[in-house]
Amino acid sequence: MSAPNKSFDPVEVTTLSPEVLAGFVSEAISAISAANSLDELKEVRLAHTGDRSPLSLANREIGALPPAAKAEAGKRMGESRGAVNAALAARTQELETLRDAALLIEESVDVTTATGVRAQGGRHPLTTIQEQIADVFVALGYQLAEGPEIESEWLNFDALNIAPDHPARTMQDTFFIGSEDSGIVLRTHTSPVQIRSMLNRELPIYVICPGRVFRTDELDSTHSPVFHQVEGLVIDKGITMADLKGTLDHFAQSMFGEGIVTRLRPSYFPFTEPSAEVDLQCFVCRGTSVDNPDAPCRTCRSEGWIEWGGCGMVNPKVLVATGIDPEIYSGFAFGMGLERTLMFRHGITDMRDMVEGDVRFTRAFGLGV
Amino acid sequence: MKIPVSWLREFVEIPENLSGREVSELLLSVGFEVEGVDTVGDVRGPLVVGRVKTIEELTDFKKPIRWCTVEVGAANGNDATPGIRGIVCGARNFSEGDLVVVALPGTTLPGDFTIATRETYGHISDGMICSVRELGIGDEHDGILILPAGSATPGDNAFPILGLGDEVLDISVTPDRGYALSMRGMAREAAIAQRVSFNDPGLVLADLPEAGGTVIPAASDDYQACDLLVLRTLGNYNPAAPTPDFIKARLAAVGVRSISLAVDLTNYVMFELGQPLHAFDADKITGTIRARWAKAGETLETLDGVKRDLTTEDLVIADDARVLSLAGVMGGAYSEISETTTRVVLEAAHFDPTVIAKMSRRHKLSSEASRRLERGVDRMLPPVASARFAQLLIEHGGATFEGTSSVEQAPDPIVISFDPNLPGQVAGHTYESATVEKILASLGCSVDTSKSPWSVRTPSWRPDLAAAIDLVEEVIRIDGYEKVPATLPTAPAGRGLTELQKLQRRAGLHLAGRGLVEVRNYPFVGVAEFDALGIPASDSRRHAVQLANALSDEQPLMRTTLLPGLTGALARNISRGFTDVALFEIASVSLLSADQSATGVTNPPRPSVLQRPSATDIEALEALLPEQPLHLGALLTGALKPAALGAKPTPASWSDAIDIALALGIELGVEIEVSAGEYAPWHPGRCAALSINGELIGYAGELAPKALENLGLPKRAVALELNLSALLAAANVVASAPAIWTFPVAKEDIALVVKADVAATDVLNVVREAAGELLEDIRLFDVYEGSQVAEGHKSLAFALRFRAQDRTLAADEVSAARQAGVDAAAKSFGASLR
Repeated sequence: MSAPNKSFDPVEVTTLSPEVLAGFVSEAISAISAANSLDELKEVRLAHTGDRSPLSLANREIGALPPAAKAEAGKRMGESRGAVNAALAARTQELETLRDAALLIEESVDVTTATGVRAQGGRHPLTTIQEQIADVFVALGYQLAEGPEIESEWLNFDALNIAPDHPARTMQDTFFIGSEDSGIVLRTHTSPVQIRSMLNRELPIYVICPGRVFRTDELDSTHSPVFHQVEGLVIDKGITMADLKGTLDHFAQSMFGEGIVTRLRPSYFPFTEPSAEVDLQCFVCRGTSVDNPDAPCRTCRSEGWIEWGGCGMVNPKVLVATGIDPEIYSGFAFGMGLERTLMFRHGITDMRDMVEGDVRFTRAFGLGV
Repeated sequence: MKIPVSWLREFVEIPENLSGREVSELLLSVGFEVEGVDTVGDVRGPLVVGRVKTIEELTDFKKPIRWCTVEVGAANGNDATPGIRGIVCGARNFSEGDLVVVALPGTTLPGDFTIATRETYGHISDGMICSVRELGIGDEHDGILILPAGSATPGDNAFPILGLGDEVLDISVTPDRGYALSMRGMAREAAIAQRVSFNDPGLVLADLPEAGGTVIPAASDDYQACDLLVLRTLGNYNPAAPTPDFIKARLAAVGVRSISLAVDLTNYVMFELGQPLHAFDADKITGTIRARWAKAGETLETLDGVKRDLTTEDLVIADDARVLSLAGVMGGAYSEISETTTRVVLEAAHFDPTVIAKMSRRHKLSSEASRRLERGVDRMLPPVASARFAQLLIEHGGATFEGTSSVEQAPDPIVISFDPNLPGQVAGHTYESATVEKILASLGCSVDTSKSPWSVRTPSWRPDLAAAIDLVEEVIRIDGYEKVPATLPTAPAGRGLTELQKLQRRAGLHLAGRGLVEVRNYPFVGVAEFDALGIPASDSRRHAVQLANALSDEQPLMRTTLLPGLTGALARNISRGFTDVALFEIASVSLLSADQSATGVTNPPRPSVLQRPSATDIEALEALLPEQPLHLGALLTGALKPAALGAKPTPASWSDAIDIALALGIELGVEIEVSAGEYAPWHPGRCAALSINGELIGYAGELAPKALENLGLPKRAVALELNLSALLAAANVVASAPAIWTFPVAKEDIALVVKADVAATDVLNVVREAAGELLEDIRLFDVYEGSQVAEGHKSLAFALRFRAQDRTLAADEVSAARQAGVDAAAKSFGASLR
């Protein structure tokens, strides 16, 4: 502190004295702390840092001090104002934080009342399962083959070694266009797509053909006159029944999980020889429910296997009918019902649910199965 | 095919302890699917043979009742009078001394009906005398079952006598295995499955007594159709002779009603050996029995009482006077075995399976005989089966053998040249030559392995074995499909889905993402649905493919539009309480060209299947079919999206239907043009025609009020239908990235007053064109008609967005571009700024 200056005004000396200034600061800081809102704080700031505030008034007096005292008084004034401003800034931040927090609380809503955002659309599981199966085979290098639903009888039957007198070729099973002699039918299976593939594609042929097919069954809980199949066909050199078995196992695992296998049982189809029924190992119990009454399985009815479809090695007669040399090429084909697959895979108990177009059914599946 | 296990055991050894379920597993291993196992007569407990000792008629009751004493031998238990039981019985068809079947107390009869000692009609009834129906082995309920005198002893267990408790397998036989429709065939398969030997009853010719009598001669006019006809004539047949109970029981088990001994024996031998047989009353026959083609105009009343008109494609069995039967399908009424028949002539023949199949189909008549003959029956069986029949008729019907006549043309044996490595090549698995030979031999083949390839002569009972691949299948089947390993073939490197396939998926995803729900409707439609939709009589959508055998007379047509299916699905959802429903369907429709008939052609091409059809043939086959493009249909009612809290839901309007199409177009990179359209069933004032580059692809908008009323659907429902194949074909597969300019935007709104009939989209296009390249975007945001504009006019408000590629736009540049647009609209439509 410098020595007293003879010429200064005693009053002004008082207001700039360390004690007085400290008093101003401490008054200001307690007012700042006492401010409970940003509005109050604004008034406090005006009162303690505004033009009419004690500190501002004292500051004006510095100019009147002798040069030797100015520096010291200025420094003191600066420190005093700094302390007040720091307190103001700190309190402002505190009050802003409180205000923001209060605002968030005030704006809170019942989030469970959200509406209008739920996805209401959906794709039919018969569509998406066709895509999913196609993707399994496309990943193996297959092509997705398609054909018309109204089909010539020649492609649907003759070329598939289904003789003109075969029982399937009666109005008991097949929808005919016009008359039984028109040569046009609603395809009874996806197999004419095999013939189209053999007639139109370059060898070797690896195709998967899902699609809608027709039989003259009345709609009930397990039958429908319109249903869907997926059919696979491979024609290449040296294709064996082991290739068929391996492909079916791969298919089963892609759709039903790691380790699931298939079982072949001898059967008869005119367009394949040897022919087989395909059973799928139960993907729910994996066979553990067989002879185990304590843990029955609803999916396979505790049989361990689920009937899935038919398959076989392409009959040489079919190759001949499409101009493929059976001495050089061989092949396999398999086919499954998609309604049936969906029913046991997704626990659908009534065929009619897939037919009627009830929005609840399709929405349950969203965009994929 | 029903197979009683006891009958099967007559021809093949099956371990005693094997249950029906286990025998099923055995047959499953060689490819015969057993659909069920039933037990004959659901009877448990002490069921025994009894002899009626005394009968006392009780007359004090409303109906006549008998109080009987019945001798039941050792099965009597601790009855006071050993061996005798008192039983009350309501039947009257028996006499003292008859052998009957008695259910002793504790026996449970079908229907869970347990017999107990009880007091009735004033006596203690200590059991029940049973009828065939009560035992669950037949329908006869004329009285109680009486066993042939001397056929059993009182106290004998009645179960084996009646075939009760026998397990019956229900086997589904695939159409290539006709031989398996018999005990003989299934026994062979059971033997093969167990690797045990088989004594083939089909190779044993029964010893018949020396012939003595007049033989009815046999003839065949066409050895292609009937290459073997065997007749056995028998006299002195007692038409009243009963059919032995074990035969009745077995026939009941396979599902055949007992008729008379002679008829029952034809069925019995058919089920046993597989050969259909037909017995005629020999006294009704005039001259020769002959297989021949029917003559035009001939008729035959068959055993089912139907009088049938015959054609020259019907093969018949006839004598010199008349047609006797439809060969191999059904006999005729005239010559059937009757209660007075004493002379029987039995026909056993081999027919061309195709001839039988065609007749069965033409006459809509499928019999046990035709089912076997159309699948192929052992060519060598007729002499054996007919001798077996004669033997049984002599044994059980007191008949005498008069003689045999037959005609035949022996077929060439089938010999297949066979490489023993072939099964391995087909299966992808190795089979030892010895295994292959053994399997072929077990089927009945004679295998000559001295030369390579082998020479395999197939057995007469396997006409389905005609080519090497047929033998391959048998080798793999008998060795076991489970032995075939699993390998994964390598396909050529793939390219994934085609662009169209990908786009189709994208369309479905886009629509579902917009809130629409996919449905998959039946493709069947009817005229009433076209009428309800108000589709005009001349509309090409009514020229629809017609089914010959629709399930419903109401819907005999194939859809030309997806709307009927969608309206049906919507109605179902509405009826289930939903008010906001947005459906879509992607499916093919069938569109006939004007010169294609709804019922197809009369002489369709039928190329040979012995070679690839020619290009001309393929073209002709394709020409049969209608065009079958994919359509997209959508039908909406109520709000597409639930409303926000407190807000009113916005129902889908005509513009939403159009917007769904336009947005899908944007998704697929196709600009769909909209113009006013008029097309049923849309509201004529609220129907947009949708086109791509001027080509019409469909319609969207609000449906006509009358159509909605006809269909019972909510008012103001909106719909769209377009040719999705056309849209996908136009899709821009590889989208180009737009230039993203970042200089400041300038926004201007203009309101143009035009006549009310001017299309907004036309005005928009003109403004856009004239405003030039600075115009980045233009959007219609309001349409106003009312007091603020002149009568017959409307105000169209457009929002314009300007931006330059390389600079901040100056105010005068923007206003010049804007003015150019306004001027052009003024010029084209007389538009004025509002």
